[in-house]
Amino acid sequence: MKPLALVFFVALLPSILFAQDDLLKELEENQKPEVEYIEQTFKGTRLVNGQTVETKGQGELEFIFAHRFGPVNGGLYELFGLDQAFVRLGLEYGITDRLGVGFGRNSYDKTMDTYARYKLLRQSRGARVMPVTVTVFAQAAAKLSPKKEDDPNMNPTNRMSYTAQALIARKFNQNLSLMLMPTFNHRNLVDQTIDYNDTYAVGVGGRLKVSRSIALTTEYYYRLNEHPDNPTYNPLGFGIDIETGGHVFQLVMTNSRGLTERAYLTETVGNFFEGDISLGFNITRTFQVVKRK
Amino acid sequence: MKLICTLIAALLLSANICVAQKYSAEKAFISFFSDASIEDITAENTKVSTIFNSATGDIVYSVPIKDFKFAKALMEEHFNEKYMESEKFPKATFQGKLVGFDMAKGGSQEVRAQGKLTVHGVTRDIDVPGTIEVSGKKLIMKSKFMVKVADYEITIPQLLFQNIAEQVEVTVDFVYKPM
Repeated sequence: MKPLALVFFVALLPSILFAQDDLLKELEENQKPEVEYIEQTFKGTRLVNGQTVETKGQGELEFIFAHRFGPVNGGLYELFGLDQAFVRLGLEYGITDRLGVGFGRNSYDKTMDTYARYKLLRQSRGARVMPVTVTVFAQAAAKLSPKKEDDPNMNPTNRMSYTAQALIARKFNQNLSLMLMPTFNHRNLVDQTIDYNDTYAVGVGGRLKVSRSIALTTEYYYRLNEHPDNPTYNPLGFGIDIETGGHVFQLVMTNSRGLTERAYLTETVGNFFEGDISLGFNITRTFQVVKRK
Repeated sequence: MKLICTLIAALLLSANICVAQKYSAEKAFISFFSDASIEDITAENTKVSTIFNSATGDIVYSVPIKDFKFAKALMEEHFNEKYMESEKFPKATFQGKLVGFDMAKGGSQEVRAQGKLTVHGVTRDIDVPGTIEVSGKKLIMKSKFMVKVADYEITIPQLLFQNIAEQVEVTVDFVYKPM
């Protein structure tokens, strides 16, 4: 009897001890390696003033309400800038998960802007490794101020400016994302004594998450071909992203007042290090207006 | 000598058990449903992989978290980034046994799945009811059970808590074919 019992015991041992582990291992071996996309490189479509690689999901409509106050060095008389404000109201819609279109109105120079962005490459690991996410962004903007009666130069063509950007970002880990933004801007009308029509710039930016819902952000654009007599500054900004459900609040401080590409790239008059800093915020609310297929 | 004979006999027998009939998924579907005060949330996943051993009752399945599809893109984003941390914990797995299944009996049978469910990096023992139906060469397995979100250390930010129920109902629907 004894050897027989031993036979049973040893025979059943592998199935008792190893069968489940083996099965899980077998399952993993049978799985084809899949491409895993790295998502949510940034919280929103805006970093501080400028764009990020993010696009809206298919059928999502984002309402963006942004404010830039006056400079804090206006002192108490201006309530540290809070007495003045420029506003941009905008909408962005996701046609697909990778293609988005938008438009907006900025009270700064009464600028209307319209744009499209397309996520060309998606950062991924697994079966296909792609180190970065690349989004291309193209925008046209018209400044509707001043009125034609006040400035005869202001025909419709002269009001236009155009921007093209490649946004290249990498999410290094859950907390750190960095972005590089080669940018081209063309304005149809500039003061030739202090400015060029074409501006080439390179931006750098990043996000550092400090908790699940809060992140610190920064953004700087360096212009490569500045006119020697140009009085403007390169735009620099810092921000805090706070996310609550469908809302993202971005509290920012920046030396730029304008909220369109032309304005912050070529018309930033504040010297950040002399306190020409504006407080401001971007608030976004996302609605799923069309069901995803 | 007697001992060696015994061991050889045992090994031969154990090999027999190991090559017993295994099944893999022809169709595997897992969904969950959260019934909360503001809105009901449901998500579906068809990228589940699973193996079932009909001789031993052993069952494993693996669920890629990122493949849960939601009606709203933002929900999917929050689910992955805030709750499940799917880049850190890309998969949920179950590893266990079906208790009460008898292949020879055939037909539809009430069974229990007992084993370890790993979600969000946390492993817990579960024991849930289900049915399994022998249909020709195929096996159809169905189960519905509740999972407490807090059991798996999934924390919900306070500002969002009304959106998500404390327990979600998980539906498992597998169709197996012989491997």
